[in-house]
Amino acid sequence: MSTETRDGRPLVRLRSARLAYGPRVLWDGLDLDVAPGEFLAVLGPNGSGKTSLMRVLLGLRPLSSGTVEIGGEAAHRGSRRIGYVPQQRAVDPTLAVRGRDLVGLGWDGHHWGLGLRGRAERRRRVDAALAAVGATRYADRPVGLLSGGEQQRLRVAQALVADPDVLLCDEPLLSLDLAHQRMVSELVARRAREHGTAVLFVTHEINPVLPLVDRVLYLVNGRFRIGPPDEVMTSATLSELYGTPVQVVRVGDRVVVAGAENGGGQHHVEETP
Amino acid sequence: MSRFLDLSTTLDLLGYDFVQHALLAAAVLGLVSGALAPLVVARQMSFAVHGTAELAFTGGAAALLLGWSVGAGALAGAVVAALLLGLLGQRDGERDSVIGVVLSSGLGLGVLLLWLYPGRAANKFSLLVGQIVGVDSTDLALLAGSALVVLVVLAVIYRPLLFSSVDPAVAVARGVPTRFLSPLFAVLVGVATALGVQTVGALLVLALMVTPGAAAVRVTANPALATVLAVVFAEVAAVGGILLSLAPGVPVSAFVTGISFLIYLVCRGIAAARARRPRT
Repeated sequence: MSTETRDGRPLVRLRSARLAYGPRVLWDGLDLDVAPGEFLAVLGPNGSGKTSLMRVLLGLRPLSSGTVEIGGEAAHRGSRRIGYVPQQRAVDPTLAVRGRDLVGLGWDGHHWGLGLRGRAERRRRVDAALAAVGATRYADRPVGLLSGGEQQRLRVAQALVADPDVLLCDEPLLSLDLAHQRMVSELVARRAREHGTAVLFVTHEINPVLPLVDRVLYLVNGRFRIGPPDEVMTSATLSELYGTPVQVVRVGDRVVVAGAENGGGQHHVEETP
Repeated sequence: MSRFLDLSTTLDLLGYDFVQHALLAAAVLGLVSGALAPLVVARQMSFAVHGTAELAFTGGAAALLLGWSVGAGALAGAVVAALLLGLLGQRDGERDSVIGVVLSSGLGLGVLLLWLYPGRAANKFSLLVGQIVGVDSTDLALLAGSALVVLVVLAVIYRPLLFSSVDPAVAVARGVPTRFLSPLFAVLVGVATALGVQTVGALLVLALMVTPGAAAVRVTANPALATVLAVVFAEVAAVGGILLSLAPGVPVSAFVTGISFLIYLVCRGIAAARARRPRT
């Protein structure tokens, strides 16, 4: 944890970033700064380049043009400054790994060797990360036998165990029920608040996160808008982004976006490398 | 039946060099295959192990025909197989069929080579189902040397390999070189498989490379404990199989696979009993 990242300078910085697959431009001219402690939701229809943005930040995919920096240095694969929660996928129930092993791999799984020397330190770190997400109770059970919500808590613990400056979450709420969606969102928001972690949170589920986020990056079909939720999540802004009438309706404390998926949402792009 | 329990014959035979060689070979094999087995299971490589074993058989048959060391031939065949499978089957959907293609062509070529071999039929048969007289002292040195290399390399790559096996998406993001680890692990498995071909034979090497791992992960989700258990299971099957086969003169592989399967059944039974018991 270096001091240079804690002085308010952005932890994530994109300048004139462009990403294109052949002739199809996912986004272009993207300037984005994410400050320490900021919680940014990345929203938009399928194929708008949300997961690709994660891959760019992880250094797994180069930009077509422009620059991307994490904590002042060019994004590169295996950066220790980034914690990553991948798209939620069902774990094979026969996989013989405990929750504590999964979290431990987040700590030192990329190191060579058996890791016998660092055992005490690893155990301390893993126990702390498990406790921070409230997963201690089931940490010794096989991961494949846990519920989706329990697995996702472990994923968050795995991403946070190495104390990253930046947390990237790619659809961490997928296939969770509403209570667990809230729980995971709040877990991440608390981390941003209390540890000054910059969070980029890709999701289709806007309601659990909107009350918690500082800003929204909304990507649609090559266009995008960045701003506080109240500015971006309006009928006028989204209609302009989608290029078709979109209604943003507030029902109680829920936000419903109507008509969006028919506008720009049908252009699927192969997002695998 | 009395032949199976003839202790004095067994003790007699234990005095022979070739029996001692075979026991040593089995102990080394149990250690290596047990250490690899849980990862083979986690990476769903059973069929790849089978395919590699068939090519080890082809290599062994070629060596037999040319008058070279069968152990070296099997080793060469298995490494070629591991590299072929690694190069041709990079995509998941393709892997299954590529193994099938490589396996059958290798086996066919091996059959041709054996047919060309003018020597004793027993030597030919032993490549497929194993025979303890198959191991001489030069083979033993090769076996121990290869085993040591496999274990050292495995120890070095163990953590990133486990990471990329159980959690590939995060492992890649963390900078684990998964594309380099997969073929490397395939080669390790290939070497271990080649060691097994001479004792248990090409057809039944799965009993040591897969079954102990499959049994261990039934009873524990702790990767370190699973590895220890798999080594113990593989040792019991390999060494125990040879000891039991001595008096009746039955091919080693029959006992090795039998013991291995029995351990697997017991582990499944334990897992089933645990699943019925309510969690506290």
